[in-house]
Amino acid sequence: MTDPLTPVLTAHWDQPDIFTLDGYRRSGGWQALPKALGMQPDEVIAIVKSSGLRGRGGAGFPTGVKWSFLPQGDNKPHYLVVNADESEPGACKDVPLMMANPHLLLEGAAIASYAIRASHAFIYVRGEVLHVIRRLRHAAQEAQAAGYLGRNILGSGFDLDVIVHAGAGAYICGEETALLDSLEGRRGLPRNKPPFPAVAGVYARPTNVNNVESIASVPPIIINGGDWFASVGTEKSKGFGIFNLSGHVATPGTYEAPLGITLRELLDLAGGMRAGHQLKFWTAGGSSAGLLTDQHLDVPLDFESVAAAGSQLGTRSVQIFDETTCVVGAVLRWTEFYQHESCGKCTPCREGTFWMVRILDRLEHGQGTEEDLDKLLDICDNITGRAFCALGDSATPPVTSAARYFRDEFLQHQKEGGCPFDPAASKVWSAP
Amino acid sequence: MPFSDDVRSRLDADAAQIIGRYPGSRSALLPLLHLVQSEEGYVSADGIRYCAEQLGLTETEVTGVVSFYTMYKRRPVGKFHVGVCTNTVCAVLGGNQILAELHEHLGVGDDEATPDGQVSLEHVECNAACTYAPVVMVNWEFFDNMTPASARQLADDLRAGNPVTPTRGPRRLVSWREAARILAGFNDDQATEGPAAGPADLAGLKIAEEHGWAAPEPAPASDRAASDQAKEPR
Repeated sequence: MTDPLTPVLTAHWDQPDIFTLDGYRRSGGWQALPKALGMQPDEVIAIVKSSGLRGRGGAGFPTGVKWSFLPQGDNKPHYLVVNADESEPGACKDVPLMMANPHLLLEGAAIASYAIRASHAFIYVRGEVLHVIRRLRHAAQEAQAAGYLGRNILGSGFDLDVIVHAGAGAYICGEETALLDSLEGRRGLPRNKPPFPAVAGVYARPTNVNNVESIASVPPIIINGGDWFASVGTEKSKGFGIFNLSGHVATPGTYEAPLGITLRELLDLAGGMRAGHQLKFWTAGGSSAGLLTDQHLDVPLDFESVAAAGSQLGTRSVQIFDETTCVVGAVLRWTEFYQHESCGKCTPCREGTFWMVRILDRLEHGQGTEEDLDKLLDICDNITGRAFCALGDSATPPVTSAARYFRDEFLQHQKEGGCPFDPAASKVWSAP
Repeated sequence: MPFSDDVRSRLDADAAQIIGRYPGSRSALLPLLHLVQSEEGYVSADGIRYCAEQLGLTETEVTGVVSFYTMYKRRPVGKFHVGVCTNTVCAVLGGNQILAELHEHLGVGDDEATPDGQVSLEHVECNAACTYAPVVMVNWEFFDNMTPASARQLADDLRAGNPVTPTRGPRRLVSWREAARILAGFNDDQATEGPAAGPADLAGLKIAEEHGWAAPEPAPASDRAASDQAKEPR
């Protein structure tokens, strides 16, 4: 029986100097890279495949399989791109990971680059996290000086340049092909797929794009073996993952647990809801995954079970709201976000999110009718599956799920001629 | 006003370093824009022209990139640029009220600076610190668990030039232009300052340590090698 919490990636965050080379080495760091360099690249890929690790950026695609898609022996440059553009509402796992333990990410990036035969690795980190950028760059300099990055790493003949690249503010750049356009110095617009990045990514070369947490999971897998990782979690969702609990919970925070833990268990660990309040709605995987309610307290938080409950595990960004929160107002705010972040490339997303905001604004202020609500859902239906990339598809689940579980609350706004909730009651400093 | 010869020669040295980092030169555009922003505090027409010249692009191409990204400003902001998160978690927990009170307290609109040029204000979207909501950013450093009172105090300190320390960040809060230089790729010497993690980042770890919970021990090395080999390749 696995313990309820399994700190691995977060295990040394309480060590005050874990972000330095010395601190990381003292925690057992930089031992996975020499082990990996002693293997053939394909052996490294095989171990990551055997671990069952699935992409931790939300999509859940098997990481080792993704690596194996890059052509071999093509004598072309290959690239690793680490997606460190963490921006999903509710997600705050990659940014603290890079702040606390940047060497873990760098060691994973070095191993991944070796496996996919890349000699350049880009870490595309969102620009709005200055201290994280300082830490990453400082760690990369230390690692290079120690011979873990750069030329002829540890005498193996393997070369790797790591480039810490700061973005400039755009949620869309978390979408992997938009990220690649941005990395090439362009507006961050998503690309047509195929060709997939494994065939034509950055500079039209074979490229592997992985999330920070996926890459950071690689060193412990190399050290402890694929079976070790696969022994945690569920049948199809193996391993551990970082869960961020935010909102109206007694102890908001980061909890690293086996996939398959439930919200009921997480809430128990976090001291429950804030005193005197009850759970109303929550997200399992950020706003893009859509809402769940108190009916879903016992849904195992793994890819399959959350999907079966009508949501997505996504980035395990558990945003929790109690009965003081207006669901219409909450969804309006998220929709304004998607409208703002829509890149404008495709019509369903650009126009659809624009009209969604206007209708939701009417509904929130008591001026919307039942026909408006139906029109809103019709627009959602016309965006989902018709947008160019996942951002458009992500804009609709918060709205459709809110209407599914709280239709009466939308209509109550019209009856009362305004929002029936007192926003003061949901503030973190409000009295219970 | 076009850059003086002094400024230009300084920028040229930095730009050459930035461009030299990338296998494809156009990848240097985002860092170059951060660089010209660090020179002038915003991306001016001269800054755009400079980046275009460096990379062999047209000014139109560069302008198209500038307008896409929210961190590039087309007019001056304050020495300290305050961003209040109003994405849903922060907004519901009090970010909306903090933003409204700061607008009133500072007497500025969105993306506007105080007349003394010290502080500007904007609302920002989710900044990956939801476990510390409501969150305020100043020059892209974290100020966690804010209240209207602590946010007003912060604004007053910034205007008065009092020393201010981010919650999870370096001891000294750098200026907007210094921050842009770091974004362009030139670190200051503060990377090792500040905590590794904040209290919310350690919430689960603390519970696990109290209970002695951990990930399972790996199987002995010999079993492992055999089983890894047996399983792969699929």
